[in-house]
Amino acid sequence: MATLHTVNKSPFMTQTLLSCINHAKDGDAILMIEDGVYGGMAGTGLSDAVAAKAASLNICVLTEDLEARGLDAGRLVEGVSAVGYDGFVDLVAETDRTQAWL
Amino acid sequence: MKFGVLISEGPYTHEAADTAYNFVKSAIAKGHEVPRVFFYHDGVNVSTRLSVPPQDERNIQKQWTALAAEHGVDLVVCIAAAQRRGILDENEASRQGKDANNIAEGFRISGLGQLIEMGIQTDRLVTFGD
Repeated sequence: MATLHTVNKSPFMTQTLLSCINHAKDGDAILMIEDGVYGGMAGTGLSDAVAAKAASLNICVLTEDLEARGLDAGRLVEGVSAVGYDGFVDLVAETDRTQAWL
Repeated sequence: MKFGVLISEGPYTHEAADTAYNFVKSAIAKGHEVPRVFFYHDGVNVSTRLSVPPQDERNIQKQWTALAAEHGVDLVVCIAAAQRRGILDENEASRQGKDANNIAEGFRISGLGQLIEMGIQTDRLVTFGD
């Protein structure tokens, strides 16, 4: 029973990404959307925490929200992938439930 | 697959109503069904037809109204949240002794039972908020 977790706030404003990463079970998916996409970038104070979970969780960021912020999908934490809205829909369908970290 | 969508953030605040709109459009384009979207808390503010954003800017209410007309999505606004924020349909305006109503086409005011029902009748519930 896998869960898709969505995180929509920057990890530099709130603790939701860290809480989410620490609560998620192996095999769960995390999708960073809106300002949450900053959490997927390499070279930040949180990159190591995200990278440490990239093998056991399916961690993704929403491409449209990366582009809206001028962020480069080539500079994501290793193991984090960019998906579009099609991928968002697939993640919702493939997992058993969706949990929004608001 | 059937998706239910819950929106709990107002329009033009951050992006919840926009992200939800893009998600619903993509889900329908991929062959999924989105029978209902439930607007709760400040999300009810999407449903006023009196908002007048600049012409070169997206009109979030009109986007949802068009989507509902095209794909038969049931746009339900929580009555308790709506009354606190001055969102009224004809029925409620008359019941509360108000001189006007402002609910946009495609939206209807109902209760939390509709949210619960959506949770039961759909395969997934996706929340967009603040």
